[in-house]
Amino acid sequence: MAEPVKKAAFYDVDGTLIRTNIVDAYAYYAMNSGSVLESAKRVGRAMAKGPLFWALDKYNRKLFNESFYREYEGLTEDRLRLLSQDLFDDVLEDAIFPGSYDLIEEARKSGCRIVLVTGALDFTMEPLARHLKADDLIANRMQFVGNVATGRVMPPLLEGAHKAKVMRDYCVKHGLQLDKSHAYTDSMSDYPMLAIVGRPTAVNPDMRLRTTARSYEWPILDIR
Amino acid sequence: MRPLKTLKAVYEEDSHIVIQDKKSPPRVIHSGEDFLLEDLPVGTRIIYPRPPLAPVPNVKAAIRWAINHPEGMDPLHAMLRPGMKVTIALDDISLPLPMMRAPDVRQTVLEIVLQLLADSGVDDIHLIVATSLHRRMTPDEMKRMVGSTIFNEYYPDRYYNHDAEDPDGMVEFERTGHDEVVAINRRAAESDLTIYLNINLVPMDGGHKSVGVGLCNYASTRAHHNPETIRASNSYMDPKASALNTSVERIGRVVDKNMKVFHIETVLNNRMFDGQMEFLQKKEEDYTEFDRLKLQSMRYALSKMPRAAKRELLFKVPAAYELIGVWAGSTEPVHEKVLDLSFKQYAVPVKGQADIVIYGVPFVCPYNVNSIMNPLLVQCTGLGYLHNFYRGMPLLKKGGVMILCHPCYDEFDPEFHAPYIEFFHRLLPETTDAMKLAHKYERDFAENPSYVHLYRKGHSYHGAHPFYMWYWGENGRQHVGKVIAAGAENTHVPAMMGWDRADNLSEAIDMARGIMGRNASISYMHAPPILMMDVTS
Repeated sequence: MAEPVKKAAFYDVDGTLIRTNIVDAYAYYAMNSGSVLESAKRVGRAMAKGPLFWALDKYNRKLFNESFYREYEGLTEDRLRLLSQDLFDDVLEDAIFPGSYDLIEEARKSGCRIVLVTGALDFTMEPLARHLKADDLIANRMQFVGNVATGRVMPPLLEGAHKAKVMRDYCVKHGLQLDKSHAYTDSMSDYPMLAIVGRPTAVNPDMRLRTTARSYEWPILDIR
Repeated sequence: MRPLKTLKAVYEEDSHIVIQDKKSPPRVIHSGEDFLLEDLPVGTRIIYPRPPLAPVPNVKAAIRWAINHPEGMDPLHAMLRPGMKVTIALDDISLPLPMMRAPDVRQTVLEIVLQLLADSGVDDIHLIVATSLHRRMTPDEMKRMVGSTIFNEYYPDRYYNHDAEDPDGMVEFERTGHDEVVAINRRAAESDLTIYLNINLVPMDGGHKSVGVGLCNYASTRAHHNPETIRASNSYMDPKASALNTSVERIGRVVDKNMKVFHIETVLNNRMFDGQMEFLQKKEEDYTEFDRLKLQSMRYALSKMPRAAKRELLFKVPAAYELIGVWAGSTEPVHEKVLDLSFKQYAVPVKGQADIVIYGVPFVCPYNVNSIMNPLLVQCTGLGYLHNFYRGMPLLKKGGVMILCHPCYDEFDPEFHAPYIEFFHRLLPETTDAMKLAHKYERDFAENPSYVHLYRKGHSYHGAHPFYMWYWGENGRQHVGKVIAAGAENTHVPAMMGWDRADNLSEAIDMARGIMGRNASISYMHAPPILMMDVTS
């Protein structure tokens, strides 16, 4: 009897499995900063920079992530980790797309390791990963100095082509076959994730990814 | 001189066969979304379907009679009691082809059956479309099939598509004596009574296939949907000679042991065209001037339209099928009667095989209703269905040349046929060997979570389905010496399937004669409408 194929299913998270994104996560932390004044300051600053962030996201996802994560500067690690479960309970759990559970279960049933690969911060995604019973979570890590966030992400920033690299490294480390593995994402910025695996799938794709998926005849799912 | 009665009988017996001569008119041949009009070589044998049998005079009365006088079971009303759990399973959109004019016969039967159930105090009723591993029907299609009254009352909680990949939705019975898995939809399996509404268009369908395949899962389908079984079916349209049917019967007998199934099987005639299009049912010799004018107008109009518009138009023209028979009751006695009438409608005697056979591949087959006839389906239709419309022996001699008229465009519907795209573009260039494809890739496709999700929640055929389409042409592939795609608009599609191509039918016939000899016998099966050939030597 042939040995079962070792493979993984890599999922982007924001927009693919859940409705929310890194802005929603930061907004939760900002509004629960510990003092009303601090919360007002953080929310006000983030809103003022809103148009800039929007333009940066359209231009370059990496630049957007780097700029946006600076807003975390000054928040303590203890507080961030403590609030992460509340963030999940109050915001993320309801934002999970109804089809996400089936999609993950179908991959698990076919023998895939379930791996979440996200540009979000690790402490914001850990409760979600536990809830979805993912085997692994690969996410960005905030730099803390003396228990206080510096606003900088530990390099290299996980996005775009770097996601593809970590997926390849993950497969090498775990003895998995990349050409038999699956990847799911909603955004054209994650095209490298799809290009590197043997089984790419566009999920709730944006217009550019939908057009690309059609050209390459990749499956397109809508799990909203 | 033979008596008039004998001459009349001979004429009627052979009236479906016309031999092309110098004065014969050109013949209409389906070619995808177009109709060719071709002068065939003198001596070509053209085989026509039988004229449509007369419909039953009162459809509802015929249905009521059948369910009150069933074969091998108590009348339906006698089996009903208040509070019982009933599931009604229906054949899916793959039948009939094309879709019949509303009301669909399933709607007519359902209206009678549901009224009876209501009068008997049965209200735990689910309607399940027996899709097997076919695509889910869309809500609009489901509404058209049963009518808006039933749709509005039952959809979506009590009227839905079968889901073969629902982890909690299947039940396994004991295996057959040949270790074949028998897995059935849980709702149907656990009902006090399952009623199956079927349409018999081809003899491959109905009988044990209805529940045993229509409500099964991938593990169960593997028993008979494989290259070995298709190769051993001569043909798969002749139940007595079909290994596919033998396997399905074994599975069906296990189903009948474990479930109470009341079949209501209907037979339709082959009146595909009526009204302004009725000329397409006639022999070309019998066309009036007005018929010729209509044909030319239709061909002209189609030639000016983009392909998608042609397709849209053709799918909007329903078939004029009429009910010619209905039986109800136990699986085998019902199906025996149904097959008998089906063959009366479809079977035509044909003496002698041909060296070269011409088939027109139409715009529709069971697997592309409201969608595109992609290359894999052209292959399935030609080497599969059209080649297998026989009893006894194939129309084509072993090693002969099959000419398929179709443009063979490289187009796929990404919503309905997602796994076909990868199958055609990635697997077929590697190998066309059905055994290798089955062994190396079938399971991988069947278990691909994206395809599973598209099957369960989208409208895609199951991941294993493109493989079945390839297997469906397997006994044709083993038999035929050469396939020529006449009118193929590209070179790569025929090449990928191992075929030759020709610009048009004349060139294809020349090429075929180059292989089989200048005196090679040529036959053209003038279908649709469907026919089955009883070929004798």
